Amino acid sequence: MKKIIAMLMALTLVFAFAACQGETAVTTDDAVTTTEAPVETTEVPVETTEAPVETTEAPAEVKVMTYEEFVAADLDTEVTVETYIQATQSWWDNKITAYTQNEEGAYFLYEMACSEEDAAKLVPGTKIRVTGFKAEWSGELEIVDATFEILEGNFVAEPTDVTALLGTDELIAHQNKLVSFKGMTFESLEYKNGEPGDDIYVTVSKDGNNYSFCVEYYLTGTDTDVYKAVQALTAGDVVDIDGFLYWYEGVNTHITAVAAAQ
Amino acid sequence: MRKVICIMLALLFAVSLVGCHGKVEHAIFELPESFDTEKQYEITFWAKNENNQTQRDIYAQAVAGFEEIYPNINVTLSSYTDYGQIRNDVLTNLATNTTPNVCITYPDHVAEYMQGDNVIVPLDSLMVDPKYGLGGSDVRFDAPGRDDIIDKFLAECIIDGSYYALPFMRSTEACYVNKTYVEALGYTLPDVLTWDFVWEVSEAAIAKDESGNYKINGQKTMIPFIYKSTDNMMISMLKQKGADYSTENGDILMFNDTAKELLFTIASHANTRAFSTFKISSYPANFLNAGQCIFAIDSTAGATWMGTNAPLCDISEDNLVEFETAVMPIPQFDPENVQMISQGPSVCVFNKEDSGEVLASWLFVQYLLTNDVQISYSSTEGYVPVTKMAQESDEYRDYLSRSGEDNQLYYDVKIDTTKMLIEHTDDTFVTPVFNGSASLRDAAGQMIENVTKSVRRKENVDDAYIENLYSDMMSLYRLDQISAAAGGAGVKTALGPLPRTAVVLIASLGAAWVLIISAVLVDVIKKRKK
Repeated sequence: MKKIIAMLMALTLVFAFAACQGETAVTTDDAVTTTEAPVETTEVPVETTEAPVETTEAPAEVKVMTYEEFVAADLDTEVTVETYIQATQSWWDNKITAYTQNEEGAYFLYEMACSEEDAAKLVPGTKIRVTGFKAEWSGELEIVDATFEILEGNFVAEPTDVTALLGTDELIAHQNKLVSFKGMTFESLEYKNGEPGDDIYVTVSKDGNNYSFCVEYYLTGTDTDVYKAVQALTAGDVVDIDGFLYWYEGVNTHITAVAAAQ
Repeated sequence: MRKVICIMLALLFAVSLVGCHGKVEHAIFELPESFDTEKQYEITFWAKNENNQTQRDIYAQAVAGFEEIYPNINVTLSSYTDYGQIRNDVLTNLATNTTPNVCITYPDHVAEYMQGDNVIVPLDSLMVDPKYGLGGSDVRFDAPGRDDIIDKFLAECIIDGSYYALPFMRSTEACYVNKTYVEALGYTLPDVLTWDFVWEVSEAAIAKDESGNYKINGQKTMIPFIYKSTDNMMISMLKQKGADYSTENGDILMFNDTAKELLFTIASHANTRAFSTFKISSYPANFLNAGQCIFAIDSTAGATWMGTNAPLCDISEDNLVEFETAVMPIPQFDPENVQMISQGPSVCVFNKEDSGEVLASWLFVQYLLTNDVQISYSSTEGYVPVTKMAQESDEYRDYLSRSGEDNQLYYDVKIDTTKMLIEHTDDTFVTPVFNGSASLRDAAGQMIENVTKSVRRKENVDDAYIENLYSDMMSLYRLDQISAAAGGAGVKTALGPLPRTAVVLIASLGAAWVLIISAVLVDVIKKRKK
């Protein structure tokens, strides 16, 4: 009898602990924040695939737009484009924001529907077909409420030097592209939150004019080289800057790399 | 032998239950008899600011001032610019028992934090404790008494019958009006804005000339009416209409015919592009200051961004347009019965194993209600202090009286919004708080975003559309689960079904006990037969 009771007690324990395993709290001394470093970060691309390889053609019923057609399309109309991931911001809540570009132009995909599993596939160069709606937010052209499928093909853009276009109406034609600015003077920085751990607002100048750029935390977090490099700048430093030509009430480049001017 | 077996079984049962508790729980907080001033306490404070260095400085000064009075308490400040991010981080840290000691919050979020037992300290008894309560005898600074806190604001912090937070600042929404353009269109601003007036002027403002420019501003862009927070828009409209939203117990009542009619009206003006939202277009302030918006509805806590002379501005100087800004309550359906939402930060205290640490946190919370902190922080934006002590002080009255002396501390638009809220404090309301009320609020706003986007995309917004929209919102925000759980009322009942592991555990324990009892009975029967 005692053996039976002992065995039953043991079984009780086994069942109890087995059932509890999945819910045991992890203890740690440090607070956990949900603002993790971005999943993907982008530095200056090290490789360029000149001729994209395309093995999947769009189905006949899908009208894939050229960049020119996209620009000409009215806001709030449905658009379909084929483009290549250049960088992504952190995946969150089944959504991802992506900087994309093809040989013609660039597209900013804002909070595109995306599973965590698919987000891992969106590495720089990946070709996707995107369907969504054309929108504009504070001057930034974007595709919203989008879905996508991955296609065969690869293209990583080289930065386009747009330094000479600063302050001109022509600059906006390069919106969302990976671009570079040469010989910019660093003026100051301000942390969005007053302290490191969020966006950095960067003021740079060229030929006496100031420009507001940004180290976007969800694109290049605190652990990235560019975040640290910008933190280390001092007023008067002359630098070359790469980044995506984002727009917020004017040019507001999302910086991806910074280095002493060559 | 039987005694040994009984003890072992009892121990086993206890160990099983203890081992199963993955969810962090705390003992009920009990106020220590006295505060140990010899012991060093480390507390953390997660604070929210409007991306405003002055506000961050005021928090830092508050921490320094408090530490000077209580040298054995060290407060570590973490800054946030978003309530939602604080909420996400708190929820993440609940499981690991690494929550802050004190955080700025909305009552909706506190209701979510209360999913664990005794996670948030109820403040009822603390507030009235003679020694350490509000303005208590052993509090080392001039803290407000219970009666000093404005009742209306304090009542907003009641959850499940108890105070689980204290108000820190209060704000509301204001309609920032380009009065110059309203009059140029041939209208005169009424004493109280009505929805009909706003829609009518907005439609009049979208007339274009032959070149495709808007007649009113000569520009290619004009969105006459932009609402920043569409959840507040729907909630306020329903409230003003006397329509249902939710019960105190968490029953979802928002998906009704009044909401449908409101959505049809909004859709019709979104269709003409007379109306848009922050999520779709951008900050109302940017359009207002560029002369591209006439009615911009945003928080009074954003007043320093509004108007030609606003101290904060995101658009370039050459895009600024000169106009007169009028600050008014949001539009009303019944001008005789003005109703506007009450919002703004509250502050809650997290329970910890060391009751002395909780008491240290509570003392810091009281410090946040002192005049110095209340007046300096409220002056950064269109906030009002939550204590009569601060509102009635000479310092604060002097501040209000100097409206327009400069475009910084005494910026007239900011002080006008503050005066508006003080004048209309009794006209403010809040929505019921329960676990899930934040999701319901999100759904309220999303309905307006959806119909606005849909009509812009030439989709048909009709009865069938609204029916589908209601259904989508229910499932997307899991409101059906809230409703199902709301039967018994209150925060505790809205926690959803038992996890699978818990069901397995209970079943296995039950089965094991049945077997044990059966074995004992068989043994007894056998012995009797012998």
